[in-house]
Amino acid sequence: MAPGMVKKTFLAPLGKDNPVFAQILGICSTLAVTNKLDNTVVMSLGVIFTLALSSWTISLLRKAIPSRIRMMVETMVIATYVIIVDIVLKAFYPDMWRQLGPYVGLIITNCIVMGRIEAFAMQNKPSLSLIDGFASGIGYAYVLLVIAFFRELLGTGTLFGFQILGSWWTGWAIMVMPPGGFFMLAIFMWIAREAFFKEGSNE
Amino acid sequence: MSEFLFPLAVFFAAIFTNNILLTNYLGMCSFLSVSKELETSAGLGIAVTFVLAVTTAINWVVYHFLLVPFQLEYLRFIVFIIVIAAFVQLIEMVIERYSEGLYFALGIFLPLITVNCAILGVSLFMVIREYSFITSFFFGLGSGLGWLLAILAMAGIRQRLRTAKIPPGLEGAGIALVIAGFMAMAFMGFTGMINIS
Repeated sequence: MAPGMVKKTFLAPLGKDNPVFAQILGICSTLAVTNKLDNTVVMSLGVIFTLALSSWTISLLRKAIPSRIRMMVETMVIATYVIIVDIVLKAFYPDMWRQLGPYVGLIITNCIVMGRIEAFAMQNKPSLSLIDGFASGIGYAYVLLVIAFFRELLGTGTLFGFQILGSWWTGWAIMVMPPGGFFMLAIFMWIAREAFFKEGSNE
Repeated sequence: MSEFLFPLAVFFAAIFTNNILLTNYLGMCSFLSVSKELETSAGLGIAVTFVLAVTTAINWVVYHFLLVPFQLEYLRFIVFIIVIAAFVQLIEMVIERYSEGLYFALGIFLPLITVNCAILGVSLFMVIREYSFITSFFFGLGSGLGWLLAILAMAGIRQRLRTAKIPPGLEGAGIALVIAGFMAMAFMGFTGMINIS
């Protein structure tokens, strides 16, 4: 495996092929968990874990899976890892588990996971698929963290629950409510697209 | 609230105050990609409503009569997704066999539904909120109708936007998200109309 290939696989999802703002995948959870930074960190770790390991597993099995039932097999593999995340969270961080509610389970239907498996892991070697899954997870996580940073800071004046802005700051309630998520993601997408597709030849 | 009225309150809350798409962000992927045409949006919305209402009911039965007695609650993710996938497949086969018109109208949307997070999300919410069977059914139906309402409104607005001048970076998904944000603000006007715990 050429080192250039590894580097390319790793860097693509961070910029031009970013799952969130370039491929528009996994929007649901991007919006739902980003009203607080600590939720976002936990959710991102869960997605990175699921994405990297299920890409790797599917890539190992890719020659053995009959193509007719491959969606079913993929879903089973993803669900297995999500159950692990769910059980670990429930056992060690029950408060966090309660706050995230159904969104941990919804990693199963997060289109990023299925998308990367279909597009990459089915054709590539396990080691490369692991890197691709991990990098896509990182690409997803940093978008989430940026959005969550602004939503929590502007919405409540805190970061990770600590007061950052003084008492003079009046929280923008709209930021922690659903519309704020939509607006923040749209703004982020706008800036990122202008930055990455300057040539004007996108799509 | 009385036994009888509670399911109805949940039903209306799922459409207006707690719209599954605009407050819980579920089903965004297909919402953004399909909402370009009014007719296809209506087709997908109706299919989602139907599948949601039925699979929520089936999942309730499976969860309370199969998983809880055997203490297998942690398997619910896998079991729910199998139920949804199997049901969608079944429906596809049935309508293909008996109604060609309906198959061409709805058939192409059915595979999309399995990966629509709204379907799995509603089943998971139903477990967390400990709804009864009837309430779960109405919750599923209401959520589906709420989703249908949101995607229809979105498709209508996007058809008008075709001639508008949009900054290149904001075209497509970007502008759709801004519109969704305004719609969510409009729906916030319903807050407080129905209070369910």
